Amino acid sequence: MAKTIADVKITEEYFLNDSTKLIEVYAPEIVRQAEPGQFVNVQVCRNSMPLLRRPLGIAGVDREKGTFSMIYRIIGDATKILAEACKGDTLSIVGPLGRGFDLSAEKPLLVGGGLGLAPLLFLADKLEGSAYLLMGGRNREELFWRSLYEKICRKILVTTDDGSEGTKGTVMELLPQMLQEGYDCVYVCGPVPMMKAVAAECIKAGIKCQVSLEKYMACGLGACLSCSFQGIGKRLKVCTDGPVFWAEEVKEW
Amino acid sequence: MVKSLYGGRLAVELAGLKMQTPVTTGSGTFGFGLEFRDFLDLEKVGAVTVKGTSLLPSAGNAGQRAVETPSGMLNSIGLENPGADYFIENTLPQLRRYDVPVIVNIYGHTPEEYGKVAEKLNVDGVNALEINISCPNVREGGIVFGTCPEAAADVVSRVKAATSKTVITKLSPNVTDIVSMAKSVEAAGTDVISLINTLIGTKIDIERRKPVLGNIIGGLSGPAVRPVAVRMCYQVAQAVSVPIIGMGGIMCAEDAIEFMLAGASAVAVGTANFVRPDTAETIAKGMLDYLDRHGMKNVTEIIGQALPEGKESMPYYKK
Repeated sequence: MAKTIADVKITEEYFLNDSTKLIEVYAPEIVRQAEPGQFVNVQVCRNSMPLLRRPLGIAGVDREKGTFSMIYRIIGDATKILAEACKGDTLSIVGPLGRGFDLSAEKPLLVGGGLGLAPLLFLADKLEGSAYLLMGGRNREELFWRSLYEKICRKILVTTDDGSEGTKGTVMELLPQMLQEGYDCVYVCGPVPMMKAVAAECIKAGIKCQVSLEKYMACGLGACLSCSFQGIGKRLKVCTDGPVFWAEEVKEW
Repeated sequence: MVKSLYGGRLAVELAGLKMQTPVTTGSGTFGFGLEFRDFLDLEKVGAVTVKGTSLLPSAGNAGQRAVETPSGMLNSIGLENPGADYFIENTLPQLRRYDVPVIVNIYGHTPEEYGKVAEKLNVDGVNALEINISCPNVREGGIVFGTCPEAAADVVSRVKAATSKTVITKLSPNVTDIVSMAKSVEAAGTDVISLINTLIGTKIDIERRKPVLGNIIGGLSGPAVRPVAVRMCYQVAQAVSVPIIGMGGIMCAEDAIEFMLAGASAVAVGTANFVRPDTAETIAKGMLDYLDRHGMKNVTEIIGQALPEGKESMPYYKK
């Protein structure tokens, strides 16, 4: 599988809520190879401010159209610039990068929060209707994700910190009893405290668990070592050994 | 034997190190070269400079290790590497399949350790050693070798005594007088000088009210440092008789040419590898265009042209 650097055209871009955008690009070479859990490194402008590319998870592919989508939150200078890019504009993209999810589960449970729900969206699509989803958010406004998942998941459960939708609390309110319902693998992507708690609970219950980590990275290619961490008996890099790891592999969050 | 590229127009030779283009890679920005095979032809890079290698494996620093800054980035990776034995057994055999010179960047925590790692790497398939003197000297309370002319010279002479390879010494810009550092490592016997390593800096997260990097201090690289690097190259080229590899924020051919006009015989692409992973190859085309546009045949013609009396200002060419 070859990584590529490509200038790609934006085919679609729209807001999902006040600060979250979806962007779709035409990149058949990347689409052909992309697997759920992988990411791309996006150059938001051609000059040197900002200098580095921004890693974004692949949120879905349309193999017939040759397009893939990314979902990002507008939080800093780079994402502000990216948000101004329009349909028809060109972006330089490096990808697909990293090692994605193992897809062998028969009864998969996806657990996500925040932008962690973006890579899980591609996973849910790939699992062709077999995925169960537990999603957590701060409040009702953050759960626009539900409409993106509704058609591709078997069942969706929701928790919100303020109780404005679904069960009040975090995903940990529901997870322990859900783990008794026969899931053979849990896929988690979200804030670190969520992933850490879900991973620990799965290990305790003896259920396989894959986590998708995020760490600051400059190159995405395994060269800069910004994102390396201590695994069991060896150093691991989020960008090339991950971003998806088995829960047991992660000792340093 | 390295095959000829571009009709030999971009070929340079630095103290026995033959390169088919004057472009190598900044240590720590190109992994071991193998990571970039999907994006470029390794055999079209002048030389591959690999990640800083030490006697024993090193895990590097804890906490966040890189952050972007205006037109640059700070890193405090802490020289993480799998160690010289691992490199020789696992990485070097893969690199040797490519017809490209290999420069191994080395470091140690004592002068003796520099000598030992140099000796270990005195093997076939390694063409040159680049000494990273920007490493704390544990015996002298952590003072960086590269900021003290005597300590730097000690390291250089130990490496020279331990290897038959071309020895390059990479200077730190974090000094009062770069010329005296250059003269000191030249007197100690270095064959080539490379400059600059990163400039130390700090970034504060104003919301958390704490430094961003776990190590607090990191090394600044990228276009932000280029004028500093070009100035140092310009000064050192007029003071020493050894060839220079210039680096610091080179993103494209024009930037590389700037260093060569300031007296560098070759250049290294560093942070740009993170932004455009094909840069180390594509710069060559821009250099050829420049030569054509200025009616020159070989890239060696531009070396030192911006110095007060052109090449004549360089002891290296007067020698």
